[in-house]
Amino acid sequence: MSAAAALGEDLATYNFAYLDEQTKRMIRRAILKAIAIPGYQVPFASREMPMPYGWGTGGVQVTASIIGPQDVLKVIDQGADDTTNAVSIRAFFQKVASVAVTTKTREATIIQTRHRIPEEKLQAGQVLVYQVPIPEPLRFLEPRETETRKMHALEEYGLMHVKLYEDIARHGHIATTYAYPVLVAGRYVMDPSPTPKFDNPKMDMSDALQLFGAGREKRIYAIPPHTRVVSLDFEDHPFEIQTFDEPCALCGAEGVYLDEVILDDRGGRMFVCSDTDHCEDRRAAGHRGRLSPDEAYAGHGQVQEDTGR
Amino acid sequence: MMRLQEMPLLSVEGLSRYYGERVGCRDVSFEVYPGEVLAIVGESGSGKTTLLNCISTRLEPSTGSVSYRMRDGAMRDLYRMSEAERRLLMRTDWGFVHQNPADGLRMTVSAGANVGERLMAVGERHYGRIRDTATHWLSRVEIAEDRIDDQPRAFSGGMRQRLQIARNLVTGPRLVFMDEPTGGLDVSVQARLLDLLRGLVNDLGLAAIVVTHDLAVARLLSHRMIVMKDGRVVEEGLTDRVLDDPQAPYTQLLVSSILQV
Repeated sequence: MSAAAALGEDLATYNFAYLDEQTKRMIRRAILKAIAIPGYQVPFASREMPMPYGWGTGGVQVTASIIGPQDVLKVIDQGADDTTNAVSIRAFFQKVASVAVTTKTREATIIQTRHRIPEEKLQAGQVLVYQVPIPEPLRFLEPRETETRKMHALEEYGLMHVKLYEDIARHGHIATTYAYPVLVAGRYVMDPSPTPKFDNPKMDMSDALQLFGAGREKRIYAIPPHTRVVSLDFEDHPFEIQTFDEPCALCGAEGVYLDEVILDDRGGRMFVCSDTDHCEDRRAAGHRGRLSPDEAYAGHGQVQEDTGR
Repeated sequence: MMRLQEMPLLSVEGLSRYYGERVGCRDVSFEVYPGEVLAIVGESGSGKTTLLNCISTRLEPSTGSVSYRMRDGAMRDLYRMSEAERRLLMRTDWGFVHQNPADGLRMTVSAGANVGERLMAVGERHYGRIRDTATHWLSRVEIAEDRIDDQPRAFSGGMRQRLQIARNLVTGPRLVFMDEPTGGLDVSVQARLLDLLRGLVNDLGLAAIVVTHDLAVARLLSHRMIVMKDGRVVEEGLTDRVLDDPQAPYTQLLVSSILQV
C-alpha cells in the first residue's frame, strides 16, 4: 500500500521536540497554572519518555513543551555539562528538535538542570528547568497524599519544622543539606529538588523563570521571576549555606559550590567547582588554582606530593 | 448575665449517626461545662466511639448539631465552620487522646518533637523555647528529661500514653477527648495514669469527655456520666449517683457485672 510506504518513509522523523502537540498543550496549561500559583504542585498527565524514571523524565517533558526552534539549550547534571545524563539529554533535543546547544550559561535560553543552579547569575528571559524526583516536601513526614494536599491547602506547615527540630536535636544544627524546604511567595512550602542548600538563595528574587518537572510523580510547579523564596529555619538556628575551607583547585574560585574529587588511593583529593562552565570560564580568563596544570609546570610547588595531605 | 463558667462549653443536640441501615448512635443530646469531666460508658458496640468521633469532628453526624463555645464566648456550630477552622480548633483548643498511643503520636520522631509539634503548628519558631516547653511537659507527665530525644518506639506503653497526653496539653486546650485512655495498660500503670490525669484535669481546669467501658475509670475521673446501649443514652447523671443507685435496668446490669476482687 502506498499509504504504508509513505508512513514508512516518515517513520524516522519525530514531531518537533518528541512530544505530540496535544501533550505539549496539556503540559503548557499545567505550567501556566503553576506560574500563576507559585510553589503549588500542579498534577499533569506525565508521558512515558524514552528514558527511565529518575533520569529526568519530568524535566525533559517541561523542556520539550517550552522549547522552540530559536532556543539555545544547556543541560547540566550536578553542575557539569559533560556527564552522561547531561550529554544524553542534550543529544536527545539536538535530534528531536534540532535546536542549538551550548555549555555557556549566559548563551542559553533554556537550562535543564539536575541538582544545581549555575553559579553565574541568571538573566531575565532565561528559563531554568529542574528535574525533580520527589516534589512533595512533606512526603517523608506524612506518607498520605490526601493528607499532604490538605496540609498545603490549609497552610498547615508545622510538620516541616518538626523535621528541622529533629535535625537540631540529633546533630546540634540543621543537618538538611539538600532539598532544603522553602516558602514560596509567603504561601506554599516547596521542595527545591535535591539542589544543595547552597543554591537556595539563588532562587530568591531570581530574574529567570524557574520550572520544576517531576515525571514519575506527575507534578509540575514553578517560581515566576522576582518571587520571594525563603528557606525555613528557627529564630535561634537561622538558615546558613555551606562554606568551603579552600578555593577551587583548578580556577581558585571562592564562594562557589565545590565537588570533592579523589585523586589516588592514598587519600589524595581536590576540591573543584561543581559548575564546570563557570570553572572553564574562569580558567580562560586567566584564573589559576592550586592544581592548575600550567602552574605545576611553572614549578610552583610539587603538586603530586601535595595532594597527599 | 451568666458568667462564662456557668454556660456550656460544648452542646450536643439530637445527634445521630447511621452507617447505612445500621445505627451508630441515635438522638443523643447533652452538654459539657467548663472544667467538667464527662464519662461515656457502655458495652462494646454501644456507640460510644461513634459518638466521640462525631463530637470531635472526626466523623460527620447524619443529623443533629454540635456547638462549641469559642474563646471569644460565641457558640459556634462545628459543622458549619470551615475545615481550616475546625482543624485549628483541634490542634489548639482541643486534645484527643487515643486508646492506642501509636495513633496519636509520631512514632518516628523524638519525644521532644512530638510535644513541640503543636507549638510549631501555631507558629512558634524558636528552637530553645520549644525545647524548654517540651522538657517542662515531659517532667509534668513523669517522663525523665534525658528521654527527650528518644523516639516513642523506645517507650513502654504507659510512657507512650503519658507522652500522648503531654503532646495534647502543650497548647493549653480547654477540652480533651479521651478514648479508653487506660485501655491495654496493666493495673498499676493504669492507677498512676489515672492519678496523673486527675491531677492535670484539676490543675488546668480542663473539660474532658472520656469514653470507657471500665466503670472504675469513670468513677475515678468523671463528675458526670452517660450510659449508652444500642446507640441510645439509657441513663445520665452524676457519676456517684449512677453507680450507687442505677435506675435503668441496663445500668443495673452493668454495675452488678463489675468483678469484685
